[in-house]
Amino acid sequence: MTDTTIHKSKNGPSVGMILLKLRSLIAFLGVFIVFAIIAPNFMTAGNLISMAKHSAIWAILAVGMTYVIIGGGIDLSVGSVAGLCGMLAGGLIFEGLQLQLFGVIIYFHTLVIILIVLLIGVLLGSINGLLVTKLGVAPFIATLGLLYMARGFALLRSGGKTFPNLVGDPALGNTGFPRLGSGTFLNIPLVVWIAIFIGIIAAYVSRKTPIGRHVFAVGGNEDAAKLSGIRVNRVKMATYMFSGFTAALTGLILASQLVASHPATGESYELTAIAAVVLGGTSLSGGRGSVGGSIVGALILGVLNDGLVMVGVSSFWQTVIKGLVVILAVVIDQYQLKKQNEAALKLQTVSDKN
Amino acid sequence: MMDNGSRLVLEAKGIRKVYPGTIALQGVDFKAYSGSINALVGENGAGKSTLMKILAGIEYPNSGEMLLYDNEGEAEKISFNSTRDAVAKGIGIVHQELNLFSDLDVAENIFMNKERMKFGHLYIDHAAQVEEAGRVLKKLGQNIDPNTPVRDLRLGQQQIVEIAKTMIDEPRILIMDEPTSSLSIPEVQVLFSVMEDLKENHGVAIVYISHRLEEIKEIGDYITILRDSRLIDSGRVSDMEMSDIIEKMVGRDPRKFFSGQAHEMGQELLRVEDITLPRYGGGYTLDKVSLTVRKGEVLGIYGLMGAGRTELLESLMGGFDKADGKIWLEGERLDKMDMKDRLEAGLVLIPEERQREGLFLNLSVEKNLTMSSIGNYTKWFHIVKEREFESVKEIIKSISIRVASPDISISALSGGNQQKVVIGKSLLTNPKILLMDEPTRGIDVGAKSDVFEIVNSMANRGFGIILVSSELEEVYSMSDRILVLSKGKVTAEFNRSEANEEQIRKASEIGHGIE
Repeated sequence: MTDTTIHKSKNGPSVGMILLKLRSLIAFLGVFIVFAIIAPNFMTAGNLISMAKHSAIWAILAVGMTYVIIGGGIDLSVGSVAGLCGMLAGGLIFEGLQLQLFGVIIYFHTLVIILIVLLIGVLLGSINGLLVTKLGVAPFIATLGLLYMARGFALLRSGGKTFPNLVGDPALGNTGFPRLGSGTFLNIPLVVWIAIFIGIIAAYVSRKTPIGRHVFAVGGNEDAAKLSGIRVNRVKMATYMFSGFTAALTGLILASQLVASHPATGESYELTAIAAVVLGGTSLSGGRGSVGGSIVGALILGVLNDGLVMVGVSSFWQTVIKGLVVILAVVIDQYQLKKQNEAALKLQTVSDKN
Repeated sequence: MMDNGSRLVLEAKGIRKVYPGTIALQGVDFKAYSGSINALVGENGAGKSTLMKILAGIEYPNSGEMLLYDNEGEAEKISFNSTRDAVAKGIGIVHQELNLFSDLDVAENIFMNKERMKFGHLYIDHAAQVEEAGRVLKKLGQNIDPNTPVRDLRLGQQQIVEIAKTMIDEPRILIMDEPTSSLSIPEVQVLFSVMEDLKENHGVAIVYISHRLEEIKEIGDYITILRDSRLIDSGRVSDMEMSDIIEKMVGRDPRKFFSGQAHEMGQELLRVEDITLPRYGGGYTLDKVSLTVRKGEVLGIYGLMGAGRTELLESLMGGFDKADGKIWLEGERLDKMDMKDRLEAGLVLIPEERQREGLFLNLSVEKNLTMSSIGNYTKWFHIVKEREFESVKEIIKSISIRVASPDISISALSGGNQQKVVIGKSLLTNPKILLMDEPTRGIDVGAKSDVFEIVNSMANRGFGIILVSSELEEVYSMSDRILVLSKGKVTAEFNRSEANEEQIRKASEIGHGIE
């Protein structure tokens, strides 16, 4: 019966389908072009760079969030974790690690501080992971809990005060922290390079490696994933740890940009990250989405944010518009899914007839 | 079989229903008589359920007409936009799956969306509901307290509640879609006596869908046979021979349908000793089950609902932490391993609930197929697309999965093809033992015989296979050896040559209190 060779569909999806699939990118270009025309200073190098920096921070958070969401979870703690990690970094630079028992204060090298804080981010993520996998707490609740706790610890770290002027002291060997947030390479901010680097790695892992495939499987059908020999708990754990990592990185960057760490930093960033992920076409019910989409989502939010300011839309209206955009994105997403399924069904029916 | 006073109450003519891509019904006629059991038979996918959904107002036909006859024989043309319209005309339906809210009580379930109210529409009159529900249940010969939460009822009782739900509308025509598929034998008998009562004493026209022909022979008055979305034959059950009915249903000689054959067997592959699984609230779901499987052997496991069939396979696979017992595969102890390690050792489960436990509906056919074996196509940690695609092509060919393109979404495939994908996924793990749980449930005839062919060829290639089925004939004709489970215990073991259906059935009822 099947003497014909099997090959992937070559005539591919219709033009309409391609446009639908690329809608995030088209929306981004559309928004970009509109602002380029109506906002006078929009296309200046200074503005483009500042927009790229904003978007990059959200993109880094959104990439971690994408993994968690595709894996069927959600991570509400990233904003607070970013805040706490910023405070920890600031504290280590500003006052060092005070070991009162021995009466010594240890000042670490800046790079060591960054590594320590990233590690702490991963650990905080693994707390989320443990709560979700071992204790069976719903992801929404587990990460909501950590949202509060991490914010609380951020405030406790300094008694609510800011660690100012994190330039370090050459004598202590902890200078250079501000370069993370404001340094450039080839005239492009380091932050943007970091976002690109993380984006590429994350996109590669999710598309081309078994662990990436497993994340989609776990988010799509946990029972089937187990029976397929996937260690579901490990996969979930990994997504939360990665999300914790990106949150810590965001916290470091924010503190470095401000050259100070403030305990309220990163408030409501988790929502911006989720909005970027959703804008990028990732389904909140898990199993479907892409890292690239989330990055485009972050870009849309970044452009909207700065563009609306430049054309003088009040910040109150900006909030309303962002909400509308997110809802619109999900509506179109549902429409695309329906169309896609219909197209697949049609294709299959034709082959059933043959 | 009395047919006094049975007359035509419902007639459907030339019903045609087209879904995107498939024709479900091609001009089907159907008649139902009052005070009778009107059986509707056909293989899966023949169009039975679609026809009933149209009669019950759930689906709308593309063409054709429906007539309702009153007591004087006057015809009235009917067309429904919703189930409410159908209920208003006296047509009720009991669906194949239970549609109950398990945390609500019986009365609340029965009156769902038809609540009895007092003080205008402000307050549900629970007392009145309980009373009325009690009356209906009594009429159905059941002693169920309407205040009991549904989750505390046995499956058979839940089915009765489902019927009671339609009875409070006092239907003249009651459609029952495979109501016995999940019932034990005594429960089936209770259901049958309820049906007898409804037709004898209340003149209800019962439309009864089943694929269990022995049931039709037992209680049916009229029969309509569908095949491939067409009407094949209709008439009185008493005028038809069983073999006739089967042939018309299946469209070929039924004896050729099950391609069972003896297989050449080698040394012992799997040895299982004393698998025990405690049940919540005392007792055992599995009680010291031991078995062995040899190379090239098909071990059939038969048992009624709740015998522990599915639990046995899942315990072997490592799905229950509480399961105890020893498992060896070619001398290697498996019982301390987790699912992934057992899979790698060569054990693989093809689960009963295909969509819930076997498939990733969010992913393509290709990604579904390679999900368990993705590690075999990697170089370092990189998936080599070409290698993956090579395997996919091979498996699609070897078990003839019909798919337009491997990158199509799995949800576009028919049930039979989806099942083949699940089987394909497990074959790609290079297993030694296949655990197949109801591999033919809910798939059409063609796919069914394909699945049996796969089982045979796997056995011939030296795999060991454990085949669980609730269809006696399937187990009987496919297996080299048959184990019968009842209430979590092995109650009998037969070799291919010595087994007969009667003995198997008897063994499956041990402990159920039926003599």
